Amino acid sequence: MGDAAFKLAEPSYPEVSYEEKERLFAEVKADMRFDDYLYGCYECGICVAVCPSARYYDFSPRRIAQATAREDVELVFQQMQEDIWECSQCFSCLRCPRGNNPGGIITIMREVAINNRLGSAHEALKGYTRIIYKVMSTGTQVSPDMLQDDAFPDWGPGVAAVSQNLDVWRRALPPETHHTTTTGWDIARSTLVELYLIWHKTGALAMIADVDESLHALLEEVMEDLLEEEGYALD
Amino acid sequence: MSIPMEAVAGPGRKNKKEFQWSEEHAPADFRDGLFELEAAGELVVQRVPDDHVLVPLKYGRTKKVPIGQTWHHKSCGQCGHIPGYSTSIFWVNRKLGIEYEDPKDQTSCTAWNYYASATSNSAAQAAVAVRNFAAAYESGNFPIIHCGTSYGHYKEVRHELLHHPELRKEVRKVMEALGKPLVLPEEMVHYSEWFHAMKDEIARHQVRDFSKIAVTVHPACHYYKLVEGDAIYDPEVYGGQRTAIVTGVAQALGAEVRDYSTWFDCCGFGFRHILVQRDFTRSFATQRKIQRMKDEADPDVTLTHDTGCVTTLDKSQFAAKAQDPNAATIPVLSEAQFAALAMGAHPYLVCQLHWHAAEYRPLLEKMGIDWEKAWAEFEEATEKLRKDDKAVLTWEDVDV
Repeated sequence: MGDAAFKLAEPSYPEVSYEEKERLFAEVKADMRFDDYLYGCYECGICVAVCPSARYYDFSPRRIAQATAREDVELVFQQMQEDIWECSQCFSCLRCPRGNNPGGIITIMREVAINNRLGSAHEALKGYTRIIYKVMSTGTQVSPDMLQDDAFPDWGPGVAAVSQNLDVWRRALPPETHHTTTTGWDIARSTLVELYLIWHKTGALAMIADVDESLHALLEEVMEDLLEEEGYALD
Repeated sequence: MSIPMEAVAGPGRKNKKEFQWSEEHAPADFRDGLFELEAAGELVVQRVPDDHVLVPLKYGRTKKVPIGQTWHHKSCGQCGHIPGYSTSIFWVNRKLGIEYEDPKDQTSCTAWNYYASATSNSAAQAAVAVRNFAAAYESGNFPIIHCGTSYGHYKEVRHELLHHPELRKEVRKVMEALGKPLVLPEEMVHYSEWFHAMKDEIARHQVRDFSKIAVTVHPACHYYKLVEGDAIYDPEVYGGQRTAIVTGVAQALGAEVRDYSTWFDCCGFGFRHILVQRDFTRSFATQRKIQRMKDEADPDVTLTHDTGCVTTLDKSQFAAKAQDPNAATIPVLSEAQFAALAMGAHPYLVCQLHWHAAEYRPLLEKMGIDWEKAWAEFEEATEKLRKDDKAVLTWEDVDV
């Protein structure tokens, strides 16, 4: 079953029209990277053999390459609802002798899933929104104060030790940029302003509204406050 | 010392085709497009400083790796959760008397989030990269990238910028709003390439004997699988059949590098999975990597060179051991920490091993390090911070 073309279970997502599926696939193909990522498929299975996700999920990078190469609109839609969030994004599948990049195709499919508010994206990012808030608002993805034993109980007792000693252990780090607890390192305010401008001007901030409207409102407020303080008027 | 191909081949190797260093199969050299666009006035290329080392890449091209005048593009996961990683990189630079910049005008590459959630787009990712490159360019120092994912992602961003004029136009517009030029560095340089380039110099400063230390190496996927031609391959290491990264440093320090069959597998990080679906991450890391290494190589330590790999391989072991007392455990270090220890670094004040999860103290004992004494020294130093006798520890407090 692992590499079958179709999954046999009942779909776990709402049905949409064929035209809507075509529109979503067209959006995937319109990404400027798509032509670099797909050259047809030998069906050799090398990508599956090296894929970590294929070992633990009903997932196959070959199925992704085949569905997109055959322009199988139905299957591509199914994959966007069921498969793409299982990918580890390690890009081991770049070992493809044909030069395909199934992981890259998945990156594009994920972006399209986010932009079109597909249920799979919403489900996959449950519990993840605090990370989006952290990276977009502070400029670093993870911070020392995220190491809490209730968040990482499976990482052992060392997490609690870090949490209990966080302030002192951070001040014990010799690089002067490392004495932070809420960010990975000390980021200049002017740099944060530049980052916020990038999120605004490239539409990355607007994408967050498609994931979580309250998160978007929060980020927008934080960013606009700083930008206005620094004299930037947003269009 | 070198590892011949036969030593790492395994029984199936003789049936496989050997990788040949050939221009015929080499991907296009990105520098052609880079310098053409520079000549056309489309972008600025920051040159590698004159004081550099040439290292060999996969298809025979060489890369210039700067020795000093470096702008350290830090990693959020390293600085946030494995701070002995970045501290060791800086410590080794200082111990070798090399000047560098640890900037505050640097953001994360944000690629961990992008690969996890896709809540960004090509233009935003490229603009974040170019803003960091522009900050390095303005400083006069050359970017050296600590995170393997940042490095791999930036190689991809470079490819996209060089091949898509519409993306350059969009990014240029954003950069103009920031008052910065569209800059790309002449080379993308990962910190582990600096360690590889400097390995003989590092070995000259070695004060601890590692000849009894057996290691396994996990090469990071985003280092050598993304834009695969731009990674260090050396005919002297694995016969040029695998990337020489990390292995070259371990060998230079006299350690015994042992092979295992799942070296090509990723660590199981998964970007999204390590944060919200760790059952996958733990299973893959412990079953496909740690247990295999233990069964096939029984190393004293496994070395790697990326944020996610150190995190995943190290942190995943606790739950496996809790479930099965006989589960394999192996200490996990970056090669930067390993090299720093070889050069005499303090295991806690510099390498910050108390942030690691897998049991590492038997390794320190085998390295000839009295960890109890070292921990007492760390506690004595931090007691001064607790009593507010000192605000912070400085490099002078940790020996350089």
